[in-house]
Amino acid sequence: MTSALLLRRRLTNIVMLSLTGVCTALVLGVLFFILGYITYHGIAALNWDFFTKLPKPVGETGGGMANAIVGTIKLLALASLIGVPIGFFGGVYLSEYGRKNAIGFSIRYAADILNGIPSIVMGIFAYTIVVLPMGHFSSLAGGVALGIMMIPIAVRSSEEFLKLVPASLREAALALGLAEWKVVSFVVIPTAFRGIVTGIMLDLARVAGETAPLLFTAFSNRFWSRGWLEPTASLPVMIYTYAIAPYEDWHRQAWAAGMVLLMLVLGANLLSRLILHRQLRG
Amino acid sequence: MSKPVYVIEKLNAWFGERHVLKDITLMIDLHQVTAIIGPSGCGKSTFIRCLNRLHEVVPGARVAGAILLDDADIYGPTVDPVTIRRRVGMVFQKPNPFPTMSVYDNVAAGLRLNGVRRRGILDERVERALKQAALWDEVKDVLHKSGASLSGGQQQRLCIARALAVEPEVLLLDEPCSALDPIATARIEELLLDLKKSYTIVIVTHNMQQAARVSDSTGFFLLGELIEFGETREIFTNPKDRKTEDYITGRFG
Repeated sequence: MTSALLLRRRLTNIVMLSLTGVCTALVLGVLFFILGYITYHGIAALNWDFFTKLPKPVGETGGGMANAIVGTIKLLALASLIGVPIGFFGGVYLSEYGRKNAIGFSIRYAADILNGIPSIVMGIFAYTIVVLPMGHFSSLAGGVALGIMMIPIAVRSSEEFLKLVPASLREAALALGLAEWKVVSFVVIPTAFRGIVTGIMLDLARVAGETAPLLFTAFSNRFWSRGWLEPTASLPVMIYTYAIAPYEDWHRQAWAAGMVLLMLVLGANLLSRLILHRQLRG
Repeated sequence: MSKPVYVIEKLNAWFGERHVLKDITLMIDLHQVTAIIGPSGCGKSTFIRCLNRLHEVVPGARVAGAILLDDADIYGPTVDPVTIRRRVGMVFQKPNPFPTMSVYDNVAAGLRLNGVRRRGILDERVERALKQAALWDEVKDVLHKSGASLSGGQQQRLCIARALAVEPEVLLLDEPCSALDPIATARIEELLLDLKKSYTIVIVTHNMQQAARVSDSTGFFLLGELIEFGETREIFTNPKDRKTEDYITGRFG
């Protein structure tokens, strides 16, 4: 081998390696900058009151967003109740029974289109099917809007993780004389479970920050929202309202709300990982 | 000659349009090791996958002809492939223990998922299967560790134990040693000689020496056809067909 060729290979190697390194650094840099910026501004406004008190009337400083935190948790819980089962079982169908048939193809296609629909349109849809018939805004409507938004990603990510389970494992299970449903339930799904949960957590994190579909479904509320049929405050909508308000104190609280939202998503993520970890060992 | 377990008559198999097995007719005897040899792509894997109705799980795959297992056609219209697979265990080319399960759970999987719940029975059957697979001494202290943490050779013996735990009548092995080193291979070959006392064994291999070492009968496949079938000694010392001779003497393959 000539030394010129060797030199060229070395140079290419250095250039490409630096390029990938720089891009990774950029991505992580932006991410940490955002996290740091939110934490920096958020921590200053965070105090016990923020978690326990209701928002103060306009003009008064202090108060908190207890109702919005609970509201967001309620909305996400309802959204998961709708989005996770439909998404998960849809994914199982697509991966195990609908790989090549027309039904599978159309579901996959519909999910991809649904995923591309702007979130505000999803809000209008939930407004039409829940808010209009009921005559008022509600947590229920907000949860439905977010739940529908969760479906496409939950379906497609569950499907992809199930498809990653090697054919050799399915065959090993079939060869033991197990019925197909047992192969799917006790071998394929457990093998893909970690990935499926990760996909669903990402999905949940995505809808946790959605504001547009909540504006005309859950609306907002400066007080506690009882049950599922009253409008409710939520962190994203509060951030939106507080950030565009002309008060310094509200801006600080908007940062705090951003940080709490971030912590909620992080907390849900850690919790699911902890449960997974325990299960796999036990 | 003992009584045949399998009687295979005019077996044909396809993948879509591709005709991969052509008019295979042979018999597999009870408590014997039958080896299937031939170059890559000759249909030997497809052949044993027909014996436990696993061929048909591949989309577009199709089978014609008759395979009698204890005189009953396993491709009969009322036969559930699941019941056939319970009677015919299989070990694959690459070790494939269930990655989410421990050593114990891997071996117990077939029993548990077929409804055996009693701890005592499970313990006993798992231990017996692991002993039959000559793995017990190596894993008895790590039964609750992941099956994937074992070495390749141990994983393959774990897969053999998993197949044996459900107490099949026949054990099919599809190139079980091709991913293993010579020491692990020797252990498995030893094991097969031991296992044939209680099981009928069919092993696919493209290692001719392995076929010569472990089998009683050998079938030579070429391009989807069974060229020659007979006693292993005969096939290797006095082949009737020119193609068999060319293959076993290494003129092609």
